[in-house]
Amino acid sequence: MLGRIHSIETMGMLDGPGIRTIFFLQGCPLQCIYCHNPDSQKCDRGQQMTSSEIVAMSLKYKEYYDTSGGGVTFSGGEPLVQGPFLIEAMKGLKASEIHVAIDTSGYGHAGSFDQVLALADMILLDIKHFDEQVHQQMIGVSIKGLDIFLEKLKQFKGRLWVRHVMVPGYTDDTYSVDQLFERIKPIAHRIEKIEILPFHQLGIDKYKDLGLQYKLRETSEMNPDIAKEFEIYINQKLKGYITKRVGGEQLPFVASSK
Amino acid sequence: MNYWQGFKPGNWQTQIDVADFIKQNYTPYEGDGVFLRGKSPKTTVLWHKAEKLIQEEIEKGIIDVETTRFSGIDSFEPGYIDQANEVIVGLQTDEPLKRIVNPYGGYRMVKKSLEAYGYAIDDELETRFQEFRKTHNDGVFDAYTAQMRLVRSTGLLTGLPDAYGRGRIIGDYRRIPLYGVNALLDAKVEDLHKINGPATGEVILLREELSEQIRALKAMKAMAAAYGFDISKPASNATEAVQFLYFGYLAAIKENNGAAMSLGRNTAFIDIFIEYDLERGLLDEEGAQELIDQLVIKLRMVRHLRTPDYNELFAGDPNWVTEAIGGMGTDGRSMVTKTSYRFLHTLTNLSPAPEPNMTVLWSQELPEAFKKYCSKMSQVTGALQYENDDLMRPIYGDDYGIACCVSAMGIGKAMQFFGARTNLAKALLYAINGGVDELKRDKAGMPVKVMEGIEPIKDEVLDFDKVYANYVKVMDQLAEIYVNTMNTIHYMHDKYAYEAGQMALHDSQIHRYMAFGVAGVSLVADSLSAIKFAKVKPVRDENGIAVDFKIEGEYPAYGNDDDRVDQLAVDIVEYFSGSLKKHPTYRQAEHTLSILTITSNVVYGKKTGATPDGRKLGEPFAPGANPMHGRDKTGVLASLNSVAKFNYENSCKDGISNTMSMVPQALGKQAETQVQNLVHIIDAYFGKGAFHLNVNVMNREMLLDAMEHPEKHPNLTIRVSGYAVHFNRLSREQKEEVIARTFHERA
Repeated sequence: MLGRIHSIETMGMLDGPGIRTIFFLQGCPLQCIYCHNPDSQKCDRGQQMTSSEIVAMSLKYKEYYDTSGGGVTFSGGEPLVQGPFLIEAMKGLKASEIHVAIDTSGYGHAGSFDQVLALADMILLDIKHFDEQVHQQMIGVSIKGLDIFLEKLKQFKGRLWVRHVMVPGYTDDTYSVDQLFERIKPIAHRIEKIEILPFHQLGIDKYKDLGLQYKLRETSEMNPDIAKEFEIYINQKLKGYITKRVGGEQLPFVASSK
Repeated sequence: MNYWQGFKPGNWQTQIDVADFIKQNYTPYEGDGVFLRGKSPKTTVLWHKAEKLIQEEIEKGIIDVETTRFSGIDSFEPGYIDQANEVIVGLQTDEPLKRIVNPYGGYRMVKKSLEAYGYAIDDELETRFQEFRKTHNDGVFDAYTAQMRLVRSTGLLTGLPDAYGRGRIIGDYRRIPLYGVNALLDAKVEDLHKINGPATGEVILLREELSEQIRALKAMKAMAAAYGFDISKPASNATEAVQFLYFGYLAAIKENNGAAMSLGRNTAFIDIFIEYDLERGLLDEEGAQELIDQLVIKLRMVRHLRTPDYNELFAGDPNWVTEAIGGMGTDGRSMVTKTSYRFLHTLTNLSPAPEPNMTVLWSQELPEAFKKYCSKMSQVTGALQYENDDLMRPIYGDDYGIACCVSAMGIGKAMQFFGARTNLAKALLYAINGGVDELKRDKAGMPVKVMEGIEPIKDEVLDFDKVYANYVKVMDQLAEIYVNTMNTIHYMHDKYAYEAGQMALHDSQIHRYMAFGVAGVSLVADSLSAIKFAKVKPVRDENGIAVDFKIEGEYPAYGNDDDRVDQLAVDIVEYFSGSLKKHPTYRQAEHTLSILTITSNVVYGKKTGATPDGRKLGEPFAPGANPMHGRDKTGVLASLNSVAKFNYENSCKDGISNTMSMVPQALGKQAETQVQNLVHIIDAYFGKGAFHLNVNVMNREMLLDAMEHPEKHPNLTIRVSGYAVHFNRLSREQKEEVIARTFHERA
């Protein structure tokens, strides 16, 4: 089966544990105003690859995965948009004993969710906002779209990280962080850590190149130290839920702290 | 025999066998760097003075030159930086940073260098020398053929050691502290007497060389005696061990101005003496570190008289004082000792600096703590390079060192005939242009034909098979010229500029390598790929020479782990390597080949016309085996995988250089993760059979800032191709080239 790939990063160190190959899949149903890869949004672009090409390419980096505890991460765009292709590629990778993570917003081809979650070793779930109105403006879709995936995650057996891009003026306050936490509370017992990613302006040129309007032109970059403080804060909240894990099993708590 | 008390006996006591001494006596260290100490009060004062001198030299270009006498092991009075604070003594001349004139490689180069700095050699000395003494350079040009001169002037062969010292020889400096010079002398005399039988050229040569070696050993004793040391006997403590070892190296750099004057592999050896003294209470950790810091200060003061052009080419007169650190023993024990740490720790105690050229012999089996320490030092100082011990150990055993950047050889067992490199991209243009150089014109302004029998390609669109067939012919001719040129050079170097002191610290019967080199491999692979997978139309001038190329369509570029193009790179290197091996070498040296450019990739670019990959006339090549700038688009690992495809042992046994630049964030979010991830990368890269890695972890913005405000980054050290440089000492063009290199980062 053919899929559309926006780009490939052979040395991903940020999206999951260890050294990872990141396949950025083309196409995204969201239009986040802070998106730093706006060129990955449209579904009809990108380089076509078969799922077996994905597997063959990943195998070339097996030594790196093995030394570091890494693997493959599907990111985007939104990988769940190409659900059937994603499943086929994941099956191939699992057959080759490669660790697979999905970096997703939880929006996408709902019919594929069960199989994706059954195959994935790890989910990196991106939480955007907590308020329906702001969500519509900021992301371009209803906040409710995430509910199906959140519900499914309750039964997910693999590792789960939650991530949030913090944009100044949107969620960089305690109230917002508390509200974000409320949003993921139903799955809190499954979350290993929460990462707060400070918003940066590195995507600005891409908007120019694509002739797209960039709404955050005047917004300053998020101070990484402040983002770090919120990250510590929200992970503290999370700690209370760790003991509630099903079967009492303790996942390693690797949230960053000083 | 009193000197050896406390050491475990072995084969080393009955014959010269330093490796055995190390094996019997060293203590592997598995821990981390917490035991390390800062610099001693003496070192603090001394380094302050040395740094001031180095700064003064950068401002003036040169501190001084000794113009009343020539190079020699015992030619100069003792010199000091600050005698009261020097724990390890010895300078090349009687003053720090005062340079030696070594005329034996070639007088013209000496004269040019002196003139450039406003010096002149003593009149009488010059007259006599020129009247009575022939140089290596004179000899070579007496024997060069017209074609050899031609390929040299078009830049098909460049950087040949035909006008300067060849270097790339590592004396086994450890022999002096272990055995004392008298024992070494006795062994050489015995060897000399054993050479009997028919007096063939080789036999006569060997006898003459051994006699010269014997004289050189005597000169070493006299030189050390002038500093108040008796090196006729072995060292009796750690201070003497370091001092005697340094005297051996000092003799080498007083006698020779070789391009690369490497130190060898000394840390486990020194560690034995330090451990013994620590045990006896003669030394504490601060004292142990002081010895190493002070040795390293001396190594940072090594200078040779070179032309400003040379310094510009290589960025701040490097000497490739390469020290190989770590590696595994053939018995399975790690050779990392506390002194491996102490040596690397000088980068913290003194400052990050290019010299000595710290080369970590990396094995998967090295202690994890040491791997992490190296990774951290790489990220903090930018001064380390890594070479694959798991690849070299099966070939060379566990007592080899690295000469220059990537040239492995058994210490005291083998030497190299250095051969610089040939420009394979220019050779490809010869294949297209029928053996005619694309830039060179004769006095009448007409193109110059360098090779006969190559049919020019006149097609509108280049045909891969035709170009490849011609390229093979060009490589065959090139290989023959190259081997013959090298034979000529090294015959004359042995004759007129023999390194008696360094060779005295070798076995009498040694293995010789003849090290050829290639530049422009990534460029050639991309060009052939463009011809094969896209449409390449040459733009020809009035003489029919392709001066530019128009490319229609896309082509896979080397550096993305794409076999379609990577295999082309591997094929041409293997072919050329095989072609060289068809031609006999001087003294039956073993042919080896490197993919290494050092900083000359910029100069190669200037001397090479536009190429079919889309590179324009004058644009730099990629360094070493690196992919072309910005063409490795799929990240670090794809780029590394492409380079890992070359076969070290069969085709590139003189090394494959790869320099990787990335921003710290690309290695992970936290400092600790970054350290760990770099370890994983090196482990896996070398696990795939790759040979070498230079690591630069830095931001492009920092380099841009350093370009505008050098004073803010006085010690900024970066790895280039096989060695490190102070960024501030690169030329503007070289800085721009470094900044233009692919920086692996993700938004």
